[in-house]
Amino acid sequence: MNASSPRASTAALPETLFAVPAMRCAACISKLENGLPHTPGIAAARVNFTAKRIAISHLPETKIPDIQRAIAALGFESQPLGDELAGIADDSSRELLKAMAVAGFAMMNIMLLSVSVWSGASGGTRDLFHWLSALIALPTVAYSGRPFFRSAWSALRNRRTNMDVPISIGVVLTTALSLFETFIGGAHAYFDGAVMLLFFLLTGRWLDSVMRDRARDGVSALLKHKAAGALVLSEDARSEWVLADALKPGMIMLVAAGERLAADGIITKGRSHFDLSLLTGESAPATMMVGDPVHAGTLNIDAPVEIRITAAGASTVLADIARLMEDAGQSKSRYVRIADRAARYYAPAVHMLALLSFAGWMLAGAGWHQSLLIAVAVLIITCPCALGLAVPAAQIVAAGALMKKGILVKDGSALERLAEVDRALFDKTGTLTIGRPELVNADALSAADKPFVLALARASRHPLSQAIRRALEAEGTVAADTENIREIVGHGIEAQHYAERMQLQRPDPADAGASLAVQFSRADAPVVILKFEDALRADAEATLRALKALGIDSSIASGDRAEAVQPVARALALTAQTAMRPQDKLDAISRLAAAGHKVLMIGDGLNDGPALAAGHASLAPASASDAGQNAADAVFMGDSLAPVATAVRAARATQRIVKQNFVLAIGYNAIAVPLAIMGLVTPLIAALAMSSSSIIVVANALRLKGAAR
Amino acid sequence: MTGIAFLIPIALGLGLCGLAAFFWSLKNGQFDDLDGAALRILIEDEGAVDD
Repeated sequence: MNASSPRASTAALPETLFAVPAMRCAACISKLENGLPHTPGIAAARVNFTAKRIAISHLPETKIPDIQRAIAALGFESQPLGDELAGIADDSSRELLKAMAVAGFAMMNIMLLSVSVWSGASGGTRDLFHWLSALIALPTVAYSGRPFFRSAWSALRNRRTNMDVPISIGVVLTTALSLFETFIGGAHAYFDGAVMLLFFLLTGRWLDSVMRDRARDGVSALLKHKAAGALVLSEDARSEWVLADALKPGMIMLVAAGERLAADGIITKGRSHFDLSLLTGESAPATMMVGDPVHAGTLNIDAPVEIRITAAGASTVLADIARLMEDAGQSKSRYVRIADRAARYYAPAVHMLALLSFAGWMLAGAGWHQSLLIAVAVLIITCPCALGLAVPAAQIVAAGALMKKGILVKDGSALERLAEVDRALFDKTGTLTIGRPELVNADALSAADKPFVLALARASRHPLSQAIRRALEAEGTVAADTENIREIVGHGIEAQHYAERMQLQRPDPADAGASLAVQFSRADAPVVILKFEDALRADAEATLRALKALGIDSSIASGDRAEAVQPVARALALTAQTAMRPQDKLDAISRLAAAGHKVLMIGDGLNDGPALAAGHASLAPASASDAGQNAADAVFMGDSLAPVATAVRAARATQRIVKQNFVLAIGYNAIAVPLAIMGLVTPLIAALAMSSSSIIVVANALRLKGAAR
Repeated sequence: MTGIAFLIPIALGLGLCGLAAFFWSLKNGQFDDLDGAALRILIEDEGAVDD
């Protein structure tokens, strides 16, 4: 699509897609599109604002980090999007939209002709109008009916039946019979009914598919990728950027402070802290030195290191977890959506009714022609027009309301499963807590010290330094001028102010206790210990209470140490299991499932990925790893935990409306079917009944607009 | 009655024109970036001021 736009006339150049979630205004578009081509190596940039993406065509030798730097220079954070994400265009939605447009066009024209037949056209005129209708309807049914025919055929081949089987039979039979009626110059043709049925059903399908696309776009724009590649040291001591999937065991990669590893390996040079929270959920960084194994996806915090790769691509620990996740996700794919469950009873009932009325009228001596006509009328009238809209209409309205509240639901089945949960498991780090340490005792510093502490903290990328910087900058502290700031790896930062030396460093273990701490010392003053805690998310307590009120018991399942989990568990009055590996979390979920619970898993880390996939439903915060976001049914934004309860409430409201819609749709059948069986239904009545029931169902679904309060 | 012989083809033809226009615009990416299109109108398009 981008290639055909007038700006991108440079089709021969490679094109890379980046997610730029921060673009919010017209100025951002023009800044990116006009600014980027000034960078050497970039030929053109085209923004897709709806998907928050930018397509950049560049010279083959321009590498991804260069482009990211160019985007960063314009003030935007960006993430390269892998092919598997960029490749999925909204093909199925587009296909459905086309089919719907054709059906809509045909429906209106046939209706125009039908109205004149109903208002009394007779003889030659009526036959002419029927022929014209047939001319329009036949290609339409052939084109717009394909999605249903295809699905019905594949269901029948597997000896199952679904909603599409009665639809397909109804449409084909109706069209055939109407064609026959037209041939013999009969009074009634049902072309309008057949095409209208297709149109309403396609509308439902299309809504369903649009919802899935929209959520997927949102999630993929949020995705934070693991390192897309690494700088590799070649034999002649030059460094070269190599993409992650081209990395091989034995290569030496250079990892700067603040970068994520792209492969598993062993440190051969240097010593640094690594943030392992993605893999283990442990919040405190771990010190790693020469000879220690490190894993893909972990973050190198404070010093450059050289790493000899031992495993890359599909053999990393990261990939192992991904496989575990894939297996766990299969239970979810066995879930049967409510519409299909309804169809399981509905479809045979419809066929039976139509067959019975045919047989009944035959026995009553009506002749096969009239009997068939009545059977078709029954089939058409019972065809689940409103039923087809009942579910997607409600779900898309609810998903829209949730999206406005910052909750992206991936598809309709996620909403259905979310409504059924009765037990919640929370991960700790990054889920109940914000996932980054926060300074808790800024008051311990005197006003005179603060500017110096800020100056020191600013110089480091260590998470604790960053926490100090955030806390002090939020207070309005201005950094002091210091000299000779240097970071001593694994130890701290020191600087000079005139003759005075000051240090920000790790404290003696005796002073600090178990919690995270840093000490600040200057020449003659007493040492100040700064303490950190991974703060609880806002509303955590209220959310848990709300879940309880909804009949959902919660507990903690954490990969972290018991001492780290205990304060959180106590503050929230929850039971907790600690030091769990991904496999342990899976087992915990299957134990609960075996006890008859439907488990809602809320987690963020890669180590939660398998559990998120295995839970009956799952939620992840937007700060989660990409594996977590991919595995979860819904992603919520912001620092509050409240969306968890909101999502469950909205899902239950949706389920209520869906059930009401079913009752409405079936209630309409209860009135219309006897009429049809008695042979009183003309095409006019069929058309009216069908459209009015559809409209009522959609109107009922619109009540969900305020569902996400 | 001969009026109908003209009017019906005209009505159908117009409808088909609309359908064709919709397909064309779908194929040419008119619906790819609806929010972006609403904002692009606000961009001052005098890009000639590049340095």
